[in-house]
Amino acid sequence: MSRFEESAPARGGFSFDLCKRNEMLVQKGLKPSSYLKTGTTIVGLVFQDGVILGADTRATEGPIVADKNCEKIHYMAPNIYCCGAGTAADTEAVTDMVSSQLKLHRFHTGRESRVVTALTLLKSHLFSYQGHVSAALVLGGVDVTGPHLHTIYPHGSTDTLPFATMGSGSLAAMAIFESKYREGLTRDEGVKLVAEAICSGIFNDLGSGSNVDVCVITKGKREYLRNYMLPNPRTYVSEKGYSFSKKTEVLLTKITPLRELVEVIEGGDAMEE
Amino acid sequence: MPKQQANWSPYDNNGGTCVAIAGADYCVIAADTRMSTGYSILTRDYSKIIQLADKSVMASSGFQADVRALQKVLAARHLIYQHQHNKQMSCPAMAQLLSNTLYFKRFFPYYAFNVLGGLDSEGKGCVFTYDAVGSYERVGYSAQGSGATLITPFLDNQLKSPSPLLLPAKDAVTPLSEIEAIDLVKTCFASATERDIYTGDKVEMLVLNANGIRREVMELRKD
Repeated sequence: MSRFEESAPARGGFSFDLCKRNEMLVQKGLKPSSYLKTGTTIVGLVFQDGVILGADTRATEGPIVADKNCEKIHYMAPNIYCCGAGTAADTEAVTDMVSSQLKLHRFHTGRESRVVTALTLLKSHLFSYQGHVSAALVLGGVDVTGPHLHTIYPHGSTDTLPFATMGSGSLAAMAIFESKYREGLTRDEGVKLVAEAICSGIFNDLGSGSNVDVCVITKGKREYLRNYMLPNPRTYVSEKGYSFSKKTEVLLTKITPLRELVEVIEGGDAMEE
Repeated sequence: MPKQQANWSPYDNNGGTCVAIAGADYCVIAADTRMSTGYSILTRDYSKIIQLADKSVMASSGFQADVRALQKVLAARHLIYQHQHNKQMSCPAMAQLLSNTLYFKRFFPYYAFNVLGGLDSEGKGCVFTYDAVGSYERVGYSAQGSGATLITPFLDNQLKSPSPLLLPAKDAVTPLSEIEAIDLVKTCFASATERDIYTGDKVEMLVLNANGIRREVMELRKD
């Protein structure tokens, strides 16, 4: 009787059945999963006509640069884009999934998607995975209710802000925003400030680097400026170039002829079943 | 209360890469000038190279506090040698001294990854490569530090003989000219900077030959 009761969670709310087991595991030496701020600088700000998102383009695997020019600004809807920091697979998967859900919702309702819809879908997904989906996002867009900018943390909490930064380079970028941001920036001033914040992350944070991507979203229009700035050209290219000769040596040549002719005998032994 | 583990480490890694190549009558020693900790840059303009004797130059990556302490010990020992023997230490002698100094702290090592370069008594280039506790070997070229795993395969391809099994092992020094070796070093650092986050800013190159020492600096990516 008591076994049957344990399996069903209490009406609504959390089931704390596993807490004792988790405690036992921690005592045995299992390290609880921690929140890792991995190499990236992503930013967003609200200006007079909409929102501007920015991101660097470096993807790292520990101390090695895996991709020098990856895309961190993901499409969610024609009027909503999302920058992603954290585990690349997680940010890709979660933004693709919510983007599909938004499209279906647009067919269902016949209306343009709203930023708060994307926000709710993302935060409830991340919360249900209790922080194991390591995606830290900056979500921005313009809909019928106006321009919106939100940050979403891996555990599922959100903030609504006029300017935001995430990733390992967030402090370097936030330093620029806190000094120079003001309300009612024009498009050019906004793009310049976003590029400056990303550059600060690129040059001062080792986890961020390479180029600057910018996305400007206004009412009815969005401009995705891929590689808006390329402040890191390769510094040295050898003029004569390098040759990589084939390093193979013939050690031994031996020809073993295969059997010349194989005879097929008609009416041989029947095959066993 | 379960047993508490020490969560303070006496070491830190300040990153960086060092390379040295020996030629028939010259030696090139190079190191980048970036000093970092974690994901931050401490300074873009820190020299990891020191000239220990008139024909011995050492470059070290790793924990720069230990590197600085090691440099001081070696400089002091060299001064004593000069007083006692009335001459400069040769590069092979300095190599042995460095090995002994490192092994002396076998049970609390210097977190330093060194390459020693210079000219031997015959005027030929020599490069000695070390691990953190003093194991060393004379080689024709070497790379140490965070970018070493990126640079060494490229140097193996350009400088090593095609098949060490068939041909007898060639002379340790490379047949390349001084200009070609410097070009190779610049390419190594430009490439390592692309893929290693701890390497960048500038590369400092010292060239030792019969005429003395020459220093050259090249800009690298700063991101």
